[in-house]
Amino acid sequence: MIAILKYNAGNIKSVQNALIRLGYESIITDNPEELKAADKVIFPGVGEAGSAMKYLKQRGLDKTIIALTQPVLGICLGLQLMCRHSEEADTECLGIFETDVKRFPPVDKIPHMGWNNFFTLKGDLFKGISMSDDVYYVHSYYPEISTGTSATCDYILPFSAAMQKNNFYATQFHPEKSAYIGEKILHNFLKI
Amino acid sequence: MLKRRIIPCLDIKDGRTVKGINFLNLKDAGDPVELAKIYVAQGADELVFLDITATIENRRAFAGLVERIAAEINIPFTVGGGINTVEDVSILIKAGADKVTINSSAVRRPELISEIAGQFGSQCVVVAIDTKLVDDEWIVFVNGGRTSTDFHAINWAGKAEELGAGEILLTSMNNDGTKSGFSMEITGEVSSLVNIPVIASGGAGTMEHFRDVFFNTACSAALAASIFHYGEMDIRDLKKYLTREGISVRL
Repeated sequence: MIAILKYNAGNIKSVQNALIRLGYESIITDNPEELKAADKVIFPGVGEAGSAMKYLKQRGLDKTIIALTQPVLGICLGLQLMCRHSEEADTECLGIFETDVKRFPPVDKIPHMGWNNFFTLKGDLFKGISMSDDVYYVHSYYPEISTGTSATCDYILPFSAAMQKNNFYATQFHPEKSAYIGEKILHNFLKI
Repeated sequence: MLKRRIIPCLDIKDGRTVKGINFLNLKDAGDPVELAKIYVAQGADELVFLDITATIENRRAFAGLVERIAAEINIPFTVGGGINTVEDVSILIKAGADKVTINSSAVRRPELISEIAGQFGSQCVVVAIDTKLVDDEWIVFVNGGRTSTDFHAINWAGKAEELGAGEILLTSMNNDGTKSGFSMEITGEVSSLVNIPVIASGGAGTMEHFRDVFFNTACSAALAASIFHYGEMDIRDLKKYLTREGISVRL
């Protein structure tokens, strides 16, 4: 069973819809036992880092997430919450990835909204994906490049498009909204 | 590199598309989901669905349609028409819409922009501005373009950004329906003023029109309805053309 983490973020249903289109069943849950027992956990999200982190802490979900041992996929805000710290509301995050989340400097349109390709690319998530493939982004804060970076994108400056550390995977873009390329990436995750 | 976006817009009346009858491979030409799927296959970057009969009774039916779209479409989509409150937005976002577009209600009560952004994030608030050149000034119109206001398009766009809009959908009423091209003037002014993405709308008739608006203005996307609905222009052909012309789009 695939568990999608339920918290105060938008767009959670769209991840479940994407899984249904790929032929996978899933549950949306904030029950720690169900999360621990799942084969895969997806940590989605559109929203604001400060209030989302507060919500997770109040329910003890922060401890549940970092202790997960099965493959976990963070998406967008999910990725950002898996980093050390976010400039958005000066938020201490989960610290799974040793990197920080910063606000884009205002030298071009913000949010970074739309389709963008990759600059570098490696790892299980990107089998069959090429650097010229475009995926959909919408974010005003970006994760810095670090040792855990598995893909990079360039907008205003180079940033982590995806990260991986042990069983934790994360994408700054939205695979569930990235047409067939996104479906391929989700499928790669589900096959890990 | 961030790509310029091509966005087909579908007008919805009582759950059916108002236009869009020229696709031979379409099982049900009136079904918005069927039409949307064709656009996705052609390479549309996003979709906009406007409920043009937005009444309270219709709102529930429209939310049902939004659920079907969310289930079947794998790219982002925006919905709008008659949104007056955060509660209206909540219903549509819960049904699976990625963004909502507000127009007259934002002019009547600009704080609505902040209220939606506060609850759902700026990225989901698209402020639509319908504007017409009157005595050398770009005046904002509401109620489907029927009523003029005291607002100037450029000031209003700046104000909308300040209040937390994530994107501006800018329609030049002088150009809309003419198929003579987008307005370079107002699109250029607004897109260079604000630091959020601007979607150019109104006037698309040929592939050159898309090239010109992308080449001459800082707009992030271009929206069109009738040329796509009637099968006059295939989005694949448009994107190939734009690539040849040096405009960066998703292929």
